[in-house]
Amino acid sequence: MKYAGLLVMPAGFFLSIAALVLFPAPAPRAAFVLCGLAVEALGLAVAVRGHMEARQEPLP
Amino acid sequence: MIPITPAPPAMSEPTFVFCLVLLLLAPMAIAGVALINTGLGRSRSAAQALLGNLAMVAVTAIVFALLGAALTGSLPGPPGGFPGSAGHTFHIAGKPWNWLGAGPHFLAGLASAPLPSQLALLFEFLAVAFVALIPWGSGADRLRLTAGCAISAVLAALVFPLFAHWVWVGGWLSQLGINFSLGAGFLDPGGAATVHALGGLGALALVWITGSRKGKFPKGGFSTAMPGHNAIYALFGCFVALVGWMAWNLAGAILWLHAPIATLSTTAVNTLLSASGAILATFIVTRIRFGKPDASLCANGWLAGLVASSAAAALVSPWQALFIGIVAGIATPLLVELLELAVSIDDPSGAISVHAVSGLWGLFAVGLFSPRPGQLVAQLVGIATLLGLMLPLVYLLFWLLNRLIPLRVDPDGERIGMDLHELGGGAYPEFVIHRDESYR
Repeated sequence: MKYAGLLVMPAGFFLSIAALVLFPAPAPRAAFVLCGLAVEALGLAVAVRGHMEARQEPLP
Repeated sequence: MIPITPAPPAMSEPTFVFCLVLLLLAPMAIAGVALINTGLGRSRSAAQALLGNLAMVAVTAIVFALLGAALTGSLPGPPGGFPGSAGHTFHIAGKPWNWLGAGPHFLAGLASAPLPSQLALLFEFLAVAFVALIPWGSGADRLRLTAGCAISAVLAALVFPLFAHWVWVGGWLSQLGINFSLGAGFLDPGGAATVHALGGLGALALVWITGSRKGKFPKGGFSTAMPGHNAIYALFGCFVALVGWMAWNLAGAILWLHAPIATLSTTAVNTLLSASGAILATFIVTRIRFGKPDASLCANGWLAGLVASSAAAALVSPWQALFIGIVAGIATPLLVELLELAVSIDDPSGAISVHAVSGLWGLFAVGLFSPRPGQLVAQLVGIATLLGLMLPLVYLLFWLLNRLIPLRVDPDGERIGMDLHELGGGAYPEFVIHRDESYR
């Protein structure tokens, strides 16, 4: 799961970049850049969840 | 607020000298952060931590001179002008995307380069050293010296040059204004993105890969408190960092925004206001949360205000700078607690909250307070690049590095402390270093 999150994050970046090229108007461009950031946030959340450590053994 | 000139003016000799003096003061910021990180680590790893900082400055300087400077592309600039033309470019939808610098190898032509190019290169040498220090603080008490040097080499050879070129040296992020009418392009005069967010995200990747300190998160129960060993180092480091940070932000404003000297006092005041607002906010938040102000979190709060000011000090009004600092100061202690308790991230120096999150907040705030249309979108694209491209890239590189050279010390080394294990002697030989009760 940790790697899945990290793979989703570049997808968000490319969505933001695509918004620059595909949408000359400011409003849809800003909306798609925000969508890209939302995808990145989702990927980050998955990566954080995936990296959460299993608790170590109790101290003797 | 400094007006952004589209075409850089030639740098006069007095401005060159003034900027050079600022850049000679800027390492105080690095020294301050090194002190803070050492103070927030444990006593049995203090010498290794500080020696590691020095080693990283050395490694980044050499690797950047050999490889990174060419990829950054600061040398040579256009005749008599400013750095920014040397780069590899591809075209999409009729727009140029300058993605990699193409400077001379091994600093060839440094002595004869235009004055701004020479200063830009010096700024980058300091910046890349700063980037490497940030993950080292997060990996305290478990990261080997060799590993720290290897990480620094990777950052100086590839990661920093790539991003610094995009932001500072005419790369595609800096050209968003020209190519896509997004304000003045992505703005980061003091290195909030190029230094702090990049270093902070590197710290996150490193903590994910190396894991937590032994005994930090025991099964069944809260995380074990492992407080910093020297609050004096941490708090004195804040003073040292302030001097360096002011110099850093002023030099950045001259180099990357072409600010006239008459406007620089506002930048210095904004830096101070941001840090002041942040530490007072942290003071109040920790007072409310724990009943008493927390010294180490206040040091982190101060640093968070300085980090946020790196993006914004030259571009906002004093009251906006104060607001930016206050927000950073409120967020930092809450995030430090959240990362440790909720998501089990062991970050002894708080670098992820301080450098990554505050840096990103400062970058966002620049867009939020900018009167230029499209500036906020430009800042968001820069933030998206950091999160969506640089974090996975750094993670991949550190992961590969960990396969080649184990980054983490062996369990025995962690038990006896990094000083004894790696250096053969402690930082405080005349004091009794208590056995760590959290590790048995």
